[in-house]
Amino acid sequence: MAALQGRVRQAWAIARKDMRIYYLKGPVLIFGVFMPVFLFLAFYMGGRDLSPAFLLAGLMGMTLFFTSTAVSPAIFPWEGQAKTLERLAASPASIATIVLGDMTASVIFGIGVTMVTLLIALGLGLPLLHGFVLAAAILLAAVCFSALGMLLAVPPTNVPSNIMMLSSLLKFPLVFISGIFVPLEELPSWGMALAVCSPLTYFTDIARYSFTGTHFFPVAADIAALAVFALVFTVAAVVLHRRTMPRRM
Amino acid sequence: MPGVIEVSGLTKVFGAITAVDHISFEVREGEIFGFLGPNGAGKTTTTRMLTGVIPMDAGSVHIFGHDISTAPVRARQRSGVVPETSNAYADLTGWQNLMLMADLYGVPRRRAEERSRDLLETLGILERRDQKVQGYSKGMKQRLILAMALLHEPELLFLDEPTSGLDVQSTRMILSLLRGLNEGGTTIFLTTHNMDEANQLCDRVGIIRDGRIVAIDAPEKLKAAIERLHRIEVSFDGAVTADDLASLPGIAGAGRTGDKWQITTEDADAAIRSVVALSRERGVRIVTLQTLAPSLDDAFLRLTGEEGR
Ligand SMILES: Nc1ncnc2c1ncn2[C@@H]1O[C@H](COP(=O)(O)OP(=O)(O)O)[C@@H](O)[C@H]1O
Ligand SMILES: [Mg+2]
Repeated sequence: MAALQGRVRQAWAIARKDMRIYYLKGPVLIFGVFMPVFLFLAFYMGGRDLSPAFLLAGLMGMTLFFTSTAVSPAIFPWEGQAKTLERLAASPASIATIVLGDMTASVIFGIGVTMVTLLIALGLGLPLLHGFVLAAAILLAAVCFSALGMLLAVPPTNVPSNIMMLSSLLKFPLVFISGIFVPLEELPSWGMALAVCSPLTYFTDIARYSFTGTHFFPVAADIAALAVFALVFTVAAVVLHRRTMPRRM
Repeated sequence: MPGVIEVSGLTKVFGAITAVDHISFEVREGEIFGFLGPNGAGKTTTTRMLTGVIPMDAGSVHIFGHDISTAPVRARQRSGVVPETSNAYADLTGWQNLMLMADLYGVPRRRAEERSRDLLETLGILERRDQKVQGYSKGMKQRLILAMALLHEPELLFLDEPTSGLDVQSTRMILSLLRGLNEGGTTIFLTTHNMDEANQLCDRVGIIRDGRIVAIDAPEKLKAAIERLHRIEVSFDGAVTADDLASLPGIAGAGRTGDKWQITTEDADAAIRSVVALSRERGVRIVTLQTLAPSLDDAFLRLTGEEGR
């Protein structure tokens, strides 16, 4: 019990350090607030007769996905380069604790910015039909995407731009196969085959359900899929970072 | 009684380079152990394996009896580390860096604040505590890093070239702090390429070269080995042969590069007198004459020679 408490304190300290250093920076915050607003405007202008509720659900998915994966992949390369990582690695904090701490900061940032989209939705007068389900899905998806962000940081390079490049290569295609621009019902079967592989699909489905009451997969299936992805990504991130961390020193 | 650090057959290979090659030694409780070697000898690689930051390829390390490979957290909880290349977080203040350490090492908040204040005061950076580390000088940064390593009152301290490239004031401050800590019972493992530092500070010194330990000894013995070996560099404006020089009293050997003679001797005073006498006798002028402080390499040559390597 005391050991667990110690670990939580370590992880929280690491998360607070991340927030201070990487997230609570003017440009990052401005990006965080403006991104959803601009994305929404872009959607709205170009939205081919799609309902605002549909658009907003997609927007919420994209926002949560991009913000949760925005900073987390770069933290290890940054810290490897700045030579602060060895100090952390030589402390009693295990690699699992360090990874979880970094994920925590990313989860908080992702959720915080996603709240902006929620405010836009409520401001537009959209009805929030299933608040609890949405809250649970936001939390699970934020964990899942943050873990994915940490997974992207696994290659032991200390050049942040390399990792950022790699993450963009992975992140943008994912958005297109996740039922954000095209409703899942309208996807061809190959599109569907891709969509079920993306965790973002399940979150978008729940967001849609929360605002419109309609969904493609059963709600329980969406939640379960998000939980499984979150667990698998987190475990994979910890296991793989254990392996590659020493090569950053 | 087992040593605080016990190393056996420790090895690390990077591709074609064997950075650390089956080294074994132990560090006893309460001593300052110096790990001395030139750049690239394998000091940092060894320190990283001792602190569990990188895995070893062969051998074993026990810290307070805990195997660093299987119980790294237990070993780290009781030791403090000043890594060679480490930095404090530049975007945090000195104080925030210390509080981060308090959380990582589980030091109660009240105790951590008290201790931080004391350490910063001792190290002369208390008034800078709320400033971002970005604005610190190199010496201040290193003092902060030392404070970060000491916050949880470790019984064992690893320092990898803690004074390398620092100003005199910071160096003195750090060395005197280390001495004080050791008097208070802290065991210290210190790497350095500075022979003087090792001499001043350490109870025992291990010399590493090309990943291998070539000698472990008390510094007095190392010192004796070096002091037996001074070098003098001299040039003349006329012809002098190696035989002329080698036959002089007090001179152990002579070699030549360009127009300069390098003379090795165990008695610099006698050697210089002989050289002056020789120049007078031959009617040649001495153009330059220099005594060279014994270098680490001289000591190595000497020591490795004695070790029969
Ligand atoms: N991460 C690494 N990858 C490859 N070679 C390394 C790495 N770290 C150290 N080396 C090599 O191992 C040898 C020992 O290095 P190091 O332990 O840093 O020496 P020292 O600290 O004594 O200067 C050097 O030849 C160095 O180039
Ligand atoms: Mg080194």
